[in-house]
Amino acid sequence: MIDKIRDLDRRRAGALHSVGDRWRALPKWQRGLTFVAFVAFIYYLPLLGIPGLTWLRTDSISGGSNWAGVLFTCAVYVLVAIGLNVVIGLAGLLDLGYIGFFAIGAYAVALFGSVNSPVVKWFQAEFDLPPTWAVTWAICAFIALVMALISGVILGWPTLRLRGDYLAIVTLGFGEIIRIVARNMEGVTRGPQGISAIPGPEGPPSPDNQIFGLIDIKPWYWLAITVVLLMVFAVRRLENSRVGRSWLAIREDEDAAAVMGVYPFKFKLWAFAIGAALGGFAGFLFASRYAFIDPTQFNVNLSILFVAMVVVGGSGNMVGVSVGAVLLAYLPERFREIADYRWLAFGLAMVLVMILRPQGLIPSKRRARELKDRAAEAEEAPAHV
Amino acid sequence: MSDETNNPVAPKIPTQPVPAKNLLEIDDVTLRFGGVVALNGISFEIKEGEILGLIGPNGAGKTTCFNVMTGVYKPTSGAVRFRGERVTGRKPHQISRLGISRTFQNIRLFPEMSALENVMVGTDSRHKTSVPGALFRLYRVRPKEEELPQVTASGGIVRTWQQVRRGFAKTFGLSRHILEERAAEDKAMELLRFVGIADRANDEARNLPYGYQRRLEIARALGTEPKLLCLDEPAAGFNPAEKEELLGLIRRIRDKGVTVLLIEHDMRLVMGVTDRIVVLEFGSKIADGRPEEVSRDPRVIAAYLGEPADAA
Amino acid sequence: MIPRPLSMQGDLVNFADLFGHIGQHTVDGLSKGAIYALIALGYTLVYGVLRLINFAHSEVFMVGTFAVLGLWTAFGVQNNPPIGQAIIFLVLGLIVAAIASGGTALAIERIAYRPLRRKNAPPLIFLITAIGLSLVLVEIFGLVLPKLLGEAVPSIFGRARIILGMPTIIEQKTLFTVLNTSITNIQLIVFVSAVVMMAMLDWFINRTRYGRGVRAVAQNPETAALMGVNQERVIMLIFVLGGIMAGAAALLWSMRFGFTQSSIGFVLGLKAFTAAVLGGIGNLRGALLGGLFLGIVEVYGATIFASNWEDVIAFVVLVIVLMFRPTGILGESLGRARA
Repeated sequence: MIDKIRDLDRRRAGALHSVGDRWRALPKWQRGLTFVAFVAFIYYLPLLGIPGLTWLRTDSISGGSNWAGVLFTCAVYVLVAIGLNVVIGLAGLLDLGYIGFFAIGAYAVALFGSVNSPVVKWFQAEFDLPPTWAVTWAICAFIALVMALISGVILGWPTLRLRGDYLAIVTLGFGEIIRIVARNMEGVTRGPQGISAIPGPEGPPSPDNQIFGLIDIKPWYWLAITVVLLMVFAVRRLENSRVGRSWLAIREDEDAAAVMGVYPFKFKLWAFAIGAALGGFAGFLFASRYAFIDPTQFNVNLSILFVAMVVVGGSGNMVGVSVGAVLLAYLPERFREIADYRWLAFGLAMVLVMILRPQGLIPSKRRARELKDRAAEAEEAPAHV
Repeated sequence: MSDETNNPVAPKIPTQPVPAKNLLEIDDVTLRFGGVVALNGISFEIKEGEILGLIGPNGAGKTTCFNVMTGVYKPTSGAVRFRGERVTGRKPHQISRLGISRTFQNIRLFPEMSALENVMVGTDSRHKTSVPGALFRLYRVRPKEEELPQVTASGGIVRTWQQVRRGFAKTFGLSRHILEERAAEDKAMELLRFVGIADRANDEARNLPYGYQRRLEIARALGTEPKLLCLDEPAAGFNPAEKEELLGLIRRIRDKGVTVLLIEHDMRLVMGVTDRIVVLEFGSKIADGRPEEVSRDPRVIAAYLGEPADAA
Repeated sequence: MIPRPLSMQGDLVNFADLFGHIGQHTVDGLSKGAIYALIALGYTLVYGVLRLINFAHSEVFMVGTFAVLGLWTAFGVQNNPPIGQAIIFLVLGLIVAAIASGGTALAIERIAYRPLRRKNAPPLIFLITAIGLSLVLVEIFGLVLPKLLGEAVPSIFGRARIILGMPTIIEQKTLFTVLNTSITNIQLIVFVSAVVMMAMLDWFINRTRYGRGVRAVAQNPETAALMGVNQERVIMLIFVLGGIMAGAAALLWSMRFGFTQSSIGFVLGLKAFTAAVLGGIGNLRGALLGGLFLGIVEVYGATIFASNWEDVIAFVVLVIVLMFRPTGILGESLGRARA
């Protein structure tokens, strides 16, 4: 059985590799054109009406979710996956508390942007502001980004000196702490009651909003996917720079990197902070679109889901992790029969991928090689571990 | 020292370079691991521009000594000074920036990165671009004429585009990030050529043959622009022809003005290339002198040459 | 009037209660910590030999509690059975829980870790696999089993992911009161049996032939292999031993708290891991010390702040320990330096 899976997998991987090689061999302008077409298709997706492809839509089944809404969730998860990929895939740090940053971003817009938040009420009382006053959405976006970034630094500063597996457990604890704090500090976060009336680009949710309403999700999706594309561009810039090389070097051999003049702590902290900022921004988009959050939405299980997206998709590779994110966000919505079993499926997928194919479904070329060679090493000298 | 010369009030201290100035001084270094004394009051110095051999039987403390010099271990007592500055207590990346670089006995490349990228990690160490610089590229530098984008196309939209880019670069300058990337790549390529493995520049380090990996480590270490290059058994696993080639490379490195410290088992190799040899045994120094002197020293012969079983 | 929405409700800290009943809180903490310590042993054993955090160990404990629940329900145990019956059910519960937990631990080793060891995978791959397994086990007990058994034996597993109550096997009674501190029969049983289990494990590792094998592999796997120690058997042994200890913890938990849930392992596992790190992971006696210490700190902390901050305290302790003394109170290593 397992051999059969392995064989199938090998054939599929072979096909994938030849696709990748053929892609790289194309002239630059053809690649550019294909990319533009792909982006156009992504923007067209919520309107998807091509005969033969409509079965992809989640509202093609009875009682299915709003198609654009599902796409929005996918986009937010892709953003999370790209951020987490910087931490796990590039810098090689296992962060199990990513949901914490997501929550911080979400709470940033809720606490500063909603008229119902105790923080805004406090500002109103303190500075004699009208009861409709709240921080504008755009400024909230900035606050969310900065707060997540700072929390990443605060968490990373003491913990990034730890060994990898300890770091993982500590971050897991962090994710849980954020949720408990949100639940317990009722004076600030309204605790389990949650915060409503979180603003969108057009201000607080109201039926008068022309574009970013609660019924039509398409504009939200377009907004999210624009952010995703911008972030992909930004992370690409980092990947192909001194910073990206330092991350890879640290991931490969931290001591050797240090001897070559790379300060591992500094670059690890950067990776952590950038990952946190992206996660926070994803949380910000999430909170704006749903206009309501409460602590139960930031369960630590989601952190595990995020890690699953990255490692199942293929860590280190932005295409891989994005595919992982889309699969995990989309499949349970389209195939309702399996929705109940999705956590089970994620767990199984993680175990199977790690045992059979640790480089993920769509590996980055480099990562795949490292793992193959490790296996070769193990065969040469019987391992003791 | 530079602090004092910068201070106008302080009396001027003559800073004329003394012919064979000490580059690195190891001053009475002792290192204990629990009850085990790994290094016992070792003192020697490395003079600028020489090739120094550090030899001794297995377990004599050569690599430990190395690790103290490069900041991996902190000595229990004593100090390591590099051009008058204390090395002990500094972090490895700071020591690298001072100008000490090294290779590893058991090759430690970045296996998933290409040979070129491996060397670029080294050449990056003198660069300044960090996350904001790579992300926003706001720090602009006025480029020299040859650094400007070239207009090569003969006509059409491509030529217009190239002209626009050139004009843009002329007006706003180029970002430091771009210039540093280019410098790093050029220098890395040059170093790969210097050690003779440029033909496999884009192969991942994992896939290089053994000899190439050894030389890639040297290229990567040279990328950090060291004053002192420490080679930890660079000839391990080489055949005589390869060893001969390596000797030539070591001499060429010295001729570039880099001081070399060589840890080696192979006595012939050490004798052939070094200017001076320090011999360690059981964590203590037992000899220090020119190769001919050392090879005649009875203690060395007893400890090392006389016991070929240990020296293997 | 200016509202004060940013203040917390009630008093921020409450030292009066803590110092007024310090003895009582200490006793409560010790009996709580004893359970942490038993679970912590599983982390410590595996870490000591494999240098690996067995993240799925929390689920080993969870399976144990379900085994106890299943047994008691199957026998139709009522609240407060006569003392003879109670003892029989407790002993049976211990056996069943130990078998279930030990078996689960062994299965985890065989299914997930062994193939990875063969491949010489990096530690993070082990950790991710363990997280996946943990998720699978939680879902099996929270979702799959209830669906499978829901019709047949509704009373055992109930609906998905809810808290499942258990019969009270022993009624909580105050045994005696010293210095304003009352000690209940359950607290005493929990504490004593936990210490006895740990003493037995300690004896096993230090005084028997099998234990010598474990220590040898922990200290130096290559040499141990050369000396003819069967490594695979040692690894299986430590997983089973850790599982048995988790099973014992599951029984004590069921007796004392009387409920379980498919997601019970997560927080408890993290706390036990904290206890293991606190005492020096890889160190058996350290796990006991760390567990008891964590139990006390937690009860004190919950008294000073509020009980809903309890879970935060353990994580804060973990971070502080890892930052300032990552080798724990007694230092790491299963083989050496164990007083």
